[in-house]
Amino acid sequence: MSTISREEVARLAGLARIDLTEPELNRLAGELDVIVESVARVSEVATSDVPATSHPLPLTNVFREDVVEAALPVEDALAGAPSAEGGRFAVPQILEED
Amino acid sequence: MAGRHVAGSEDPPGGSTTPAAEAATATRDLTRMSADELSRALRAGEVTSVMVTQAHLDRIAAVDGAVHAFLHVAAEEALATARDVDARRAAGEELHPLAGVPIAVKDVVVTKGLPTTAGSRILEGWVPPYDATLVERLKAAGMPILGKTNMDEFAMGSSTEHSAYGNTHNPWDLDRIPGGSGGGSAAAVAAYEAPLAIGTDTGGSIRQPGAVTGTVGVKPTYGGVSRYGLIALASSLDQAGPVTRTVLDSALLHEVIGGHDRRDSTSLPEPLPDLVGAARLGSSGDLTGVRVGVVHELNGDGYQPGVRARFEESLELLRGAGAEVVEVSCPHFEYALAAYYLILPSEASSNLAKFDGMRFGLRVVPTDGPATAERVMGATRGAGFGDEVKRRIILGTYALSAGYYDAYYGSAQKVRTLIQRDFEAAFEQADVLVSPTAPTTAFKLGEKLDDPLAMYLNDVATIPANLAGVPGMSVPNGVSDDGLPVGFQILAPARADDRLYRVGAALEALLERGWGAPLLSRAPELPTAPLTEGTAR
Repeated sequence: MSTISREEVARLAGLARIDLTEPELNRLAGELDVIVESVARVSEVATSDVPATSHPLPLTNVFREDVVEAALPVEDALAGAPSAEGGRFAVPQILEED
Repeated sequence: MAGRHVAGSEDPPGGSTTPAAEAATATRDLTRMSADELSRALRAGEVTSVMVTQAHLDRIAAVDGAVHAFLHVAAEEALATARDVDARRAAGEELHPLAGVPIAVKDVVVTKGLPTTAGSRILEGWVPPYDATLVERLKAAGMPILGKTNMDEFAMGSSTEHSAYGNTHNPWDLDRIPGGSGGGSAAAVAAYEAPLAIGTDTGGSIRQPGAVTGTVGVKPTYGGVSRYGLIALASSLDQAGPVTRTVLDSALLHEVIGGHDRRDSTSLPEPLPDLVGAARLGSSGDLTGVRVGVVHELNGDGYQPGVRARFEESLELLRGAGAEVVEVSCPHFEYALAAYYLILPSEASSNLAKFDGMRFGLRVVPTDGPATAERVMGATRGAGFGDEVKRRIILGTYALSAGYYDAYYGSAQKVRTLIQRDFEAAFEQADVLVSPTAPTTAFKLGEKLDDPLAMYLNDVATIPANLAGVPGMSVPNGVSDDGLPVGFQILAPARADDRLYRVGAALEALLERGWGAPLLSRAPELPTAPLTEGTAR
């Protein structure tokens, strides 16, 4: 019995913008317990007195001078685009029409 | 890249060598030489880069049909670089020591003008408009790029079976996996298709393939090699590094690609330690005064008897070389795998959001209903990602979704702190830590494909280094009872990558004294299986 339901997997796939087929949904629902087991495992030692480490080595933010530098030419940036028009990426409709 | 060369306008290959030198090299197989040996032969004028590069292209053409280490072979571009280097050398120009020595690059590293897929259908046919910093550095050093190597899709896997473009075969036994995710780079080097290769290591993807193919692999200190132009898997873990047949070659390559890069904000600002010097020092076989810590938690049940036996023998050699071998305990290492299961999918799900069919790569427009951006994204990602990538993105989305973040990702980050503390304590007692690199030798293709957990266990010894950002190396240290190679892992404190090279070179020298030849000379001859024209080449 898996802890993450098929419906939950469908919801997560929606959040992640991945269309899954019915067989994929069924299979993944059985394969996600690893995450719950992992949480149980780390919870054994991840107590409130232990600080979290976000980054393996301590680094501070890096700034540079705000100056204009040479950048990728527009035509190069668009060369691998599925669709381009007038020097821009051409994308499907983003907003619903009222 | 140099300008186009007109056929017939070049000196013939070997044109700048003396007849005597040519006769001497005629009997040498250029593909069997180390990068260091090639570098010397090139500088002495005994061979040209065109000869060396062509020899490797011929080898690829002869055996890669059987090995399938390469997704794309860049013969024309590699030879153009080789001709350019030869011309500059003939003109007396001062060149980098590795100038003219060819290299293969894992397909997760972007290369201007060469297809880059990261092993995924979603990037099929994509040609990057820029070079990764490490590729720029290879080019600046005059190193011809032979091609791009196969890998698990987006570097998710330990066997290269998750590539969308077919399996890579282990040159020691073509029915077995070459490790992963960088199985292509390791197999290319083990099969003498390239003297050097670039890998990336998020949980062991350089070191574990090194162990199972009998090659050397190094994961540098986190931030030691620029990641600008690497297609990110898990940004707090990823690191690029060398894949070679000798420890010295790894040091030479590490010095080419390493060092600060202002385009990578996680790149370490300080200069690299003297890695080549450390490798040369180590090759004397003297480790007097070096403290070697055996990690108690990484050498027990679950490690194949042959792996343990070779490990114990290697420790004996280190003792004989004057090293002081002590046992250290890292009690939180047993939680590393669980933390990794939480951190990796979380970061991957975020990093892979950019593959949405809008700006590059595949775009799939659904045939039913309105083709809105959101529906195009879902259809594109559904069609373009393989099973393992989908699985990890869903896992990461779950771990990062509202209400779970602190308990999941946050708890895993605490384990990271505990593992770092374990390393700190251990490095007070020892200069380097050691363990077997992988618990077993290479398994059969298909054997663990349906068992993700068993697959992950390959990385149990390598993951702690990624979580703590410390450098690690795998050195081939023999064959197990099944005749397949095993690896010896060396770990050092952050920024002390030179220690890996000193100890690794010493172990390599001592082992080869006993064997009388490099381990790879025991690998069987590969059948000739020419490259066939097909997809994704």
